[in-house]
Formats: sequence, structure tokens, C-alpha cells
Amino acid sequence: MNSRISSIVQKIPKSGIRDFFEIVQSMGDVISLGIGEPDFVTPWHIREAAIYALEKGKTAYTSNLGLPRLRNTIANYIQQKLQVSYSPKNEILVCVGVSEGIDLALRAILNPGDEVLYHEPCYVSYGPTITLAGGVPKPLSTRMEDHFVLFAADIEKAITPRTKVLMLNFPTNPTGALMPYEELTKIAELCIKHDLLVVTDEIYSELTYDGLAHHSIAALSQMKERTILLHGVSKAFAMTGWRLGFACGPADIIEAMMKIHQYSILCAPIMSQEAAIEALESGAPSLLKMHHEYAQRRNFVAAACQELKLPFSFPRGAFYIFPNIAKTGLSSKDFALQLLQEKKVAVVPGTAFGAAGEGYIRCSYATNMEKLKIAFEKIALFISEKTK
Amino acid sequence: MDALLQLLQKDDRTSPAQLAAQLGLSEREVVEKIRQWEADGTILAYHAVVDRERLDPNLVTAVIEVKITPEREGGFDRIASRIARFEEVENVYLMSGGYDLLVMVEGKSLRDVASFVAHKLSTIEAVQSCATRFRLKTYKENGIFHQQEEVMERLSVAP
Repeated sequence: MNSRISSIVQKIPKSGIRDFFEIVQSMGDVISLGIGEPDFVTPWHIREAAIYALEKGKTAYTSNLGLPRLRNTIANYIQQKLQVSYSPKNEILVCVGVSEGIDLALRAILNPGDEVLYHEPCYVSYGPTITLAGGVPKPLSTRMEDHFVLFAADIEKAITPRTKVLMLNFPTNPTGALMPYEELTKIAELCIKHDLLVVTDEIYSELTYDGLAHHSIAALSQMKERTILLHGVSKAFAMTGWRLGFACGPADIIEAMMKIHQYSILCAPIMSQEAAIEALESGAPSLLKMHHEYAQRRNFVAAACQELKLPFSFPRGAFYIFPNIAKTGLSSKDFALQLLQEKKVAVVPGTAFGAAGEGYIRCSYATNMEKLKIAFEKIALFISEKTK
Repeated sequence: MDALLQLLQKDDRTSPAQLAAQLGLSEREVVEKIRQWEADGTILAYHAVVDRERLDPNLVTAVIEVKITPEREGGFDRIASRIARFEEVENVYLMSGGYDLLVMVEGKSLRDVASFVAHKLSTIEAVQSCATRFRLKTYKENGIFHQQEEVMERLSVAP
């Protein structure tokens, strides 16, 4: 143990994605399906709005909660998209991406030893962020056979007197899962019954396919007062680098989150806030165009996996497909490593998203069609060599 | 617009199998739809978008605003189609506003285009006047940028 580094930080593992990233970086000419961000550049009209803001000299701090106009815009957007109404005055906090929002939410509500339930495979930060906030991570496995849906029954079994929070992320990174409305209502009832708070990361809500809609748990009866809804502009509007997210929730929790935010971050960058106003108010046509493109790519990667006879759950949201590669006899990590070394295609081993990801790989289809085509040809070759 | 048509407009060399996979259609449906569009004239032609300036820096494109006297029978159409038949002419549009036809002409040199205007276009009886403007540089054509914007490299693996 290194006494200079806090024991809690030493305890949390390095992101599995980070290790993999280092290897990919050291190689040239790799086609990467390992990227969890849109391959589109932020639509021009949004970039232009930010440039205009800079021209007008908008370079100062904003209110800790974020620009009032942006909070108004967020309130309208969430009301329209997810049917929950939040007061821009004290129920919305603009933060530096959903990542900061998760951290703020957990730090604002957890006491040491409080247990947090969340579904795996899941986004890489959940477990470590819970630990850093003094909580105890309690992952619940979801299964391909169930389309990676989280069941109320599984949650109920895991509830203890120390359980305080349930974290949700639908549509899910890395599985592309969507939560059926009926199961969501059962989960909501459970949360009310056991007095659980919910932290829900709905960053992919705009990216659902086949005419299926995403439902926010915050919109269900009696849930708004116990839910922190996290969202942002990164995925829908191809704005990952702007680092802009927002948290919507009950005033007391938003106030507590704001306290941490004001000391650690102060406020989200003003030019990103200005760009977010443009995105949320006028970005719908750009979003639609990107959405069409994702939908077509999803059809293509699903057809490709089918052809390769890799079992997978048809992705209904986000921009990932999570096929099972167990038939090759390789572990997720070995599959990803060998595919990278032998065919120069990068995918992320499922285990980067928790133990439940063993046997799977995450392929992002936020990559242009030409590259997807070549990548899947190479994957096909790789699999045929491995299953000879 | 039909999603298949959009994809073809972007890249007509995409194979029917690929198009079918992207759109969740069968290959047969794709082939059949394309055949129908070709038959009914929805799809007029397939061609490469060429950066002509790169090919030949001396190549000249002129935009000519033409005023014409419409005919009693046929209006502008007969004259327009007469102008369109010259092989130098790339595009002809009937316009609203200060002039009638917008004619786009391509030539190997300035002299070439000038000669076309002087000897062929302006001598047509119904043509009252021509205002010729030369293109200096192309930024975007048929939705395609001639100079690609530099795209920022994304991290090769990201959560």
C-alpha cells in the first residue's frame, strides 16, 4: 500500500477500458468499435451558437445552478420528452456531464455503509463512484435471455435494511437494453414500499429504435419526489466534449448537490451552456438525422451478428450491440485482445462493464458504415479461425 | 424522402445486400424498388461527383443569366430545351426574378466559354441578353465539401 494515496482510492480498480485504451493507442491502423461517443461532429448550428456567445464576450461564471435561460429550456425539454415537470428555480442543476451528476447525487445522499443497487453490465463509473461516495456497490446481474432488463423481483431479493439507492440506466450502455413500462411500474412500487431513492441516468433516452419509447421512472406516480433524473446533451446532440449535463430532482436534494458542485466545480462552462440552449431548443432536426443513421447502422450490425451466429439481445436503444462470443471458447478479454492483435479491430471486453459482462463484447456502432463493414468482415474471419 | 433513395443519393455504389441490411428489408425488395425508380424516371442517372478543378485547373465554369422573349406557343420551354442541347451546357433552370434562364456552362478555357456565348447562345433569336459570370472557387457541390474539414480524432476506446 502506498501511504501517500488515500486507501479508498487505492481500493477502486482502474477502469478496464483504460487498460485496453493504452494497448489500442500503441497500435496503428486500428478500426475501433470501442468508442462510446457519437462519430458525428456537433451540428454546425450548435457550434455556431457557442461561437456567437464567445463573440459577445460570454466568458464569465454563471449561477451555480446554471444559466436561468438554460434551466428554463431544460424544464421545457424534460416536460416535453419525459413528461415530468421541474421548477427551473430550484429543481434543476446544470453540471459537467452526467458523470458529475452521478457523483454529486451519490455524495449528496449516501452515508458511509449505505448500499446502492444497480444493474450490470453497466457503465464503468457506477461501482467506483458509489465507493468514492462512501457507499457499498451492490450490482444485480441482468441477462441476455431477458434482454438485459432489470426485474423488480431481483431488486427485492437484494434489498437489506442498509439499501438506500437504486441506480438505473435505460437505454443501457453497454447492452442497448430498454426498460419495459410494466416492469418499470413494478420497480417504482418497490422503491416506494422500501423508501428507496432512485438515481436514473437517461442520457440515451433520445436514441431508441423500432418506434419504442423510453419511459422515465420519474414520471410515474409518487416517484418524482424520490428520483434524481440525470440527462445531458452529449449523446443525442453529439456534444460529448462540451461536458454538459443536468440533474433534475426534489429541491432538497438538488440544493445538497449544488453545495458540493459550488465548492468543487462552481459552474459548468458558460459556452457549453449557451451551446446546450441551442441544442435543446433547435436541435431536433439534427438529432433526427443522426438518429436515422444510427438506426440503419444498428440494423446492419444486428444482421452481421446474426450471420455470425453470435447470440445477442436485439438492441433497442443507445448505440451499442452486446453479442455473446462464448462459442469461440475465449474469455471476453482474450477475445478482445486477440481480435485487436490479429485483425486490428477494437471492441471492449464485456467484463469492463462488470462481472456479468463475461462472455460478451461491446461493439459501438457510432462509427461510419464503411468502417463497420470492414470491421465485421474482419470479425467474421477471426471467428471462423477461432472456431475451426 | 424514401430512406433507400436517400442512401443511394449518398452512395449509389452500395450493394443491394448492404442496403437491405441497413434498412431491414430483403435484398429482393431493394432491387425491385430500385428497378421501379429507374423505370419511372425517379432515378435519372448515376454519376461520380468529380473535383474538376483538381483535374484541370484551367477548366472554367460560367453561370449565365439569360433573358429571353417567350414564344406564343411553348413559352420558355422550346428555347430552353434548344439551349440545353449544346454539349457545353451542364444545367439549365427557368428562374423567377430579373432574368429567365440560368444556364451553367463548362469550358476548357475562358475563350471557350466566351465563344460559346458570343456565337451560339446570344445568336439565338429569342435571346435578348446574356450576363456571364465565372466561377472562381467551389466550396460545396451537391452537398459535398470540396475541401474536407479536418475531423478531430476521437479517443480510440472510450466508455
